[in-house]
Amino acid sequence: MMTNSGNRLTQGQFSFLPPLTDKQISSQIKYALKNGWAIGIEYTDDPHPRNTFWEMFGNPMFDLKDPAGILMEINSCRKTFPNHYIRVTAFNATRGVESPTMSYIVNRPKNEPGFHLVREEKSGRSVGYAIHSYATDKPEGDRY
Amino acid sequence: MASQTIKEGKERYKSGVIPYKKMGYWEPDYVPKDTDVIALFRITPQAGVDPEEAAAAVAGESSTATWTVVWTDRLTACELYRAKAYRADLVPNTGPGTNNEAQYFAYIAYDMDLFEEGSIANLTASIIGNVFGFKAVKALRLEDMRIPVAYLKTFQGPATGIVVERERLDKFGRPLLGATTKPKLGLSGRNYGRVVYEGLKGGLDFMKDDENINSQPFMHWRDRFLFCMEAVNKAAAATGEVKGHYLNVTAGTMEEMYERAEFAKSLGSVIVMIDLVIGYTAIQSMAKWARKNDMILHLHRAGNSTYSRQKNHGMNFRVICKWMRMAGVDHIHAGTVVGKLEGDPLMIKGFYDTLRETRTERSLEHGLFFDQDWASLNKVMPVASGGIHAGQMHQLLDYLGEDVVLQFGGGTIGHPQGIQAGATANRVALEAMILARNEGRDYVAEGPKILAEAAKWCSPLKLALDTWKDVTFNYESTDTADFVPSTTVNA
Repeated sequence: MMTNSGNRLTQGQFSFLPPLTDKQISSQIKYALKNGWAIGIEYTDDPHPRNTFWEMFGNPMFDLKDPAGILMEINSCRKTFPNHYIRVTAFNATRGVESPTMSYIVNRPKNEPGFHLVREEKSGRSVGYAIHSYATDKPEGDRY
Repeated sequence: MASQTIKEGKERYKSGVIPYKKMGYWEPDYVPKDTDVIALFRITPQAGVDPEEAAAAVAGESSTATWTVVWTDRLTACELYRAKAYRADLVPNTGPGTNNEAQYFAYIAYDMDLFEEGSIANLTASIIGNVFGFKAVKALRLEDMRIPVAYLKTFQGPATGIVVERERLDKFGRPLLGATTKPKLGLSGRNYGRVVYEGLKGGLDFMKDDENINSQPFMHWRDRFLFCMEAVNKAAAATGEVKGHYLNVTAGTMEEMYERAEFAKSLGSVIVMIDLVIGYTAIQSMAKWARKNDMILHLHRAGNSTYSRQKNHGMNFRVICKWMRMAGVDHIHAGTVVGKLEGDPLMIKGFYDTLRETRTERSLEHGLFFDQDWASLNKVMPVASGGIHAGQMHQLLDYLGEDVVLQFGGGTIGHPQGIQAGATANRVALEAMILARNEGRDYVAEGPKILAEAAKWCSPLKLALDTWKDVTFNYESTDTADFVPSTTVNA
């Protein structure tokens, strides 16, 4: 079990808050849409901090402007991957940004075993560090 | 106000001393070219020196002039190389009928060919070189500059920039959180790393060396780097989040700084730090190194208040912001508004806009005297540090926005339940405020209520709010706007 505050992975904007309700998620979707950002849904069972490319649950929804429709997509992803990490990302295509501007987790595995810090002792007192996710000892799809 | 330049060659170059404004440094009809560098000075002339002459003198001494006429000017295209003062306006609330001695805003244009490409040192050797000690002015302050796009394009700009920093850290949609390790001097490497680990595991994104932590008898730099990176990696594993510690590589020589930066890189640090006091050329060198080595470069503005704080002499911090964006740093301390250090809200907005926008418009109330296109130079992440705490979260978000590092040093480490609890309090306060803002709530007015709601389920936040609820630093700023917005302002 993870021993940090909340005993969970703290990536994303809202990991220190209680899990967001559907109503709260809808409000965040509306905020993104109001700003003209496209929303994408991504899932993974490899939450390594440097695993940038989670699997896309379809392309970012550039043309879907209906918060209820986007929430339906999120819930459909949760239904398909109930024990994966799922995050909602908003993409801002404005010149000078052209990058995500929101990212928050909306689904987690029931148990989050966390990470092992692998130390490789090197010359002098230097240490090479690697972060290893306990869950990834098992094959993709069978991890949580 | 018309040009008084002596046009006839023989008369103009007769040996002796003639007023600067007759030498061609006062050209009220001059229309600056798009490629000109423009500097705006606040001039307090000596008694008996008229403002045009003072402005011309500043133009002269910051470009080609010396105290007397020299015939060797005639071997050059000297009209081009002369800086041209083209406007001198009385500063509001100074001069006759006020209690303040007359000051003038002088606009001076410099041809781009006066400056070496990609060199802050060369630019500044002209603009703030000799001229600040010049006797004809009682006091002089560089208020703002317009850097032409063509000249900006000769600079690398921020090594990483806000966008790429966020992509590397995988952190979006909220300010980043940091804390400076305290006490700033005296901890051993082992004890110092303890503070770093606790802060990061509790929920901060960054911990930070202070400006004067280099390599002292109580903690040599290699010890600090080794223990801090153990802390960073252990906290990353404990949270599953990318974490960092600004390792200060400031040292006595460039060679020593490169050695420290290389060691930080070999240990896997995402960020290194330098102090403003290392100088412009050293900063540019470190920015090139950082770009080459995938490193974020944090700049502490140590020393700036020696020349930026007083209104009549020195230089405005917004000019430092411009130079540092050109020089190529990724982070710079730029004020908190509500914390313990100098900072008027309007002035700080001007600094933050200068660092973060792709283009800023002339806005006198924010101290921005020129339109400035940033020519696609990366954006610098401002850092708000010094006397801030969780109870101010709504104000911080309102004043400073989202692309900022909020540094709660005492506000983390001084938490009654410990450093982790302090860090968690700050992170919960931040996330609750972002959530509320995005939901469309009036988070500024409802700020205390939003924090109190979160404190119901987060006891570290409750304790933080109780501990620091009455702490404010309400002193008057010395560096304030000269212009107040009104419908009749005629700038």
